[in-house]
Amino acid sequence: MADAILAPSRRGFLTAALLAGGGLAVEFSLPLGRAQAATVGTSAVGAFVSIAPNGAVTIVNKNPEIGQGIKTAFAMMIAEELDCDWAQVTAVQQADANPAIYGPQGTGASQSTPNNWLPLRRAGAAARDMLVRAAAARWGVDPSSVTTAKGRLSHAASGRSLGYGEVASAAAALTPPDLKTVKLKTPAQFSIIGKPTKGVDTPRVVKGEPMYGIDTRLPGMLYAVYEVAPANGGKLVSADLADAKAAPGVKHVVQLKGVGPIDALVDGVAILATNWWLANQARSKLKLEWDLSAQKGHSWDAYVAKAKTLLAEKPQLDLIRSGDVEGKLASAAKRVAAVYEIPFLAHATLEPQNCTALYKDGALEVWAPSQIPAGGKAQISKFLEIPEDKITFHVTKIGGGFGRRLRNDYTVQAAAIAKAVPGVPVKLLWSREDDIRRDFYRPSGWHGFEAGIDANGKMIAFKDHFVTFGKDGKSAMFANMHADHFPYGIMPDAAVVQSTLEIGVPIGALRAPVSNGLCYAFQGFLDEVAIAAGTDLPRLLLDVFAEDKLVGEPDQPEKAQTAFSTKRARAVIAKAAAMSNFTSKPIAPGRAMGFGFYFCHNGHFAEVVDASVKDGQVSVHKVWVAGDVGRQIVNPMGAEAQVRGSVLDGLSQALEGQKITFVDGQIEQSNFHDFRLGRNDRNPAVEVAFVASDSHPTGLGEPALPPVIPALANAIAAATGKRVRTMPIDLSALA
Amino acid sequence: MRQGEASGRRRGEWGKPRGRSLSRRHRARAGASIRNLLPKISAKTGFAGESAVPITLKLNGQPRAWSGDPDQPLLWFIRDDAGLVGTKFGCGIGSCGACTVHVDGAAQRSCVTPMAAVDGKSVTTIEGIGKDGALHPVQQAWLDEDVAQCGYCQPGQIMAAIDFLQQNPSPDEAAIRASINNLCRCGTYVRIARAIQRAARSGAKA
Repeated sequence: MADAILAPSRRGFLTAALLAGGGLAVEFSLPLGRAQAATVGTSAVGAFVSIAPNGAVTIVNKNPEIGQGIKTAFAMMIAEELDCDWAQVTAVQQADANPAIYGPQGTGASQSTPNNWLPLRRAGAAARDMLVRAAAARWGVDPSSVTTAKGRLSHAASGRSLGYGEVASAAAALTPPDLKTVKLKTPAQFSIIGKPTKGVDTPRVVKGEPMYGIDTRLPGMLYAVYEVAPANGGKLVSADLADAKAAPGVKHVVQLKGVGPIDALVDGVAILATNWWLANQARSKLKLEWDLSAQKGHSWDAYVAKAKTLLAEKPQLDLIRSGDVEGKLASAAKRVAAVYEIPFLAHATLEPQNCTALYKDGALEVWAPSQIPAGGKAQISKFLEIPEDKITFHVTKIGGGFGRRLRNDYTVQAAAIAKAVPGVPVKLLWSREDDIRRDFYRPSGWHGFEAGIDANGKMIAFKDHFVTFGKDGKSAMFANMHADHFPYGIMPDAAVVQSTLEIGVPIGALRAPVSNGLCYAFQGFLDEVAIAAGTDLPRLLLDVFAEDKLVGEPDQPEKAQTAFSTKRARAVIAKAAAMSNFTSKPIAPGRAMGFGFYFCHNGHFAEVVDASVKDGQVSVHKVWVAGDVGRQIVNPMGAEAQVRGSVLDGLSQALEGQKITFVDGQIEQSNFHDFRLGRNDRNPAVEVAFVASDSHPTGLGEPALPPVIPALANAIAAATGKRVRTMPIDLSALA
Repeated sequence: MRQGEASGRRRGEWGKPRGRSLSRRHRARAGASIRNLLPKISAKTGFAGESAVPITLKLNGQPRAWSGDPDQPLLWFIRDDAGLVGTKFGCGIGSCGACTVHVDGAAQRSCVTPMAAVDGKSVTTIEGIGKDGALHPVQQAWLDEDVAQCGYCQPGQIMAAIDFLQQNPSPDEAAIRASINNLCRCGTYVRIARAIQRAARSGAKA
């Protein structure tokens, strides 16, 4: 199953400073990330928390906010241990890219919460500790006799009290405590964490204030488009730019030579104009000749044909193997076999990719909606040959990430265009068509499954021939299956074997990467096995997971808490079945429930879909979700929203016909009419229950997504008898 | 957007027609045909088809005069020329609704509304709906229900909701589902519906 990585708890560095005009600023430097250690910026100073003399608390959010709510959750963690009133937190600011201060700042893999749960609380607690000592010194009492609550310090014996702001300047002069030993609250003492809390940016969002990358405006700024080859990797052979240069409003037309991998800079022509529409209009005036030969033959239909050939051939690689699966299959009383297919998908963030940049006097300043700002900075430095200490990288609010903005291609493009016109601020914006056609797609994949059932209805053998993208049997990144994926360590006689075909289109991480495709295929097929075995999927899973096991790296104590646990799996499976009164029998003609379970991104999730099928239309009536993301939900309001959004995202993938296809590398879809997303009318009731375990709190941006897809497909099978083995769902086949 | 792609979209591809909001898209199209009725004046100052007489309109109550290609969508006047960036760009084909503004009080997708169609009209954006620094009741309802995830579509959603509530002062959920078809990539639809109903209870009118 997916990565279960918790950053080892290392000692951080804490410094404190006096704010200009008085007050306390606590600068808590997280340990340097491995990748960033060699390339540390010099000047930036980032305070995690500062307290003004009037008691107003400002918190700095270190990780990009893409809609997952981390800006609110991180501020809650810090404010909790600072022990202030939430209303005292008057501002939450977004940090620039600065790993020297903030450590790893990427938003991805649902790791922000688990990786920062302790460090950020310690930062808040350290600030509180300094305020306590400052108050104690002023009163001449022992610090242990000073208590805090709601941003005030009190000394019970003498009845004295002070606001945080009144001692903030004095606190700034004290030596910060050791972060390892600073005292944290017990969960029973939480007054902010665990309380439903509204998003800190929402007051600005509803007013339409400038916050997003696309909103960046600089004096004298020009608006840019970047024309690239119609197929990935295309080379610009010749360019006649004259007509485009003469187009209305156009100020510059710049040809750029590609450098580095495709997520650095590809060959292209930038058009800069006085507004974006004029720049975009001028594209039709470009006369460009491309060499697209590298993509010849990279067509969806050709991939499907090749995959079918590979499925019938000897697998290229053993990925997972235990026991004697072939022997068990041969001796099984009943065998089930099926082939599942998943499509390529685009991310379609609603804010199209964009970045604003200004290159002046050898220094670059960028404003980017990037999920990994440090990566973007490093990439710009490497491929555009600008020293990192000459790059200031501002992180904007982000109109959706879903993994797309783990790639900084648009960031490098904007920087390259800006470098070509020194002194001119440039906002690069992709059209929706650019965005759909220049994505790093969720890769397709095929599974040739076989399972054996004994005379007692027990699944005794499980095999998957996974056909994916890569070379010589070894899979490409995001087209992979982890070597500890089910059935690893769970079933005695099981195997996953693998074959690969060469990929042409760019691939990348889409919300719950790897898992979003594997879950559908595995849980869809296991539902078939369950029915053949005379049981249902939740019962089959409870049987398979009957023995307590940790899969992953349970020998490493820090990882054990975030590994796949059969015990935690059983709890959510039982919970979802109970919440929904799950039954595998149709609940009305054409209406039934379906079940799905998955573990990914440290979260265990079981989901039930109640759907009906009539005249080729699928209606989803209700979805039940039981999830275990550890012992503490940081912000129930945000958590519920993440789960609900994940469910709708999964339903959109399945029901809206989402599929990216291509001919000789040229993407056939272009906008929301042919890559559709769910609208208001795909809006089922969603009931969410979190099953608390004793594990570390983990993230919620992703793990609720995968199970809803097989749950829907399994519901359709139960309702109609028609098994859905290909995504997206072909509604015409259900008519 | 590459030329010609918008016309390749088949109406109703997102499912059954959804009442008023579809007719709104018709109205945006109607704007394009109004443009064709305007006298074509040859360009003298750079823009092909530039109107010699500036287009005049009110933007959030302020009179504005604008000269340029009358085909330019209103969205880019609002965002790039007037510098009001609360109105968002999402698709450029009138599909997602992130660019929704009010033209003479009616919700319209500004990415497919040419400037020629707003001559003499009054345009209101998300920045212009609050009064005297106070939030519009629909904005307040959005805040109270904590609707936003990434938040990018929400100004357009709010603009669509304000117009919808003018026509449907006390809508049930079915009416909301049938009429509001702005896209939310994060899937906040349940809270959008709750916020609209909350605003309706508070008597929200424009």
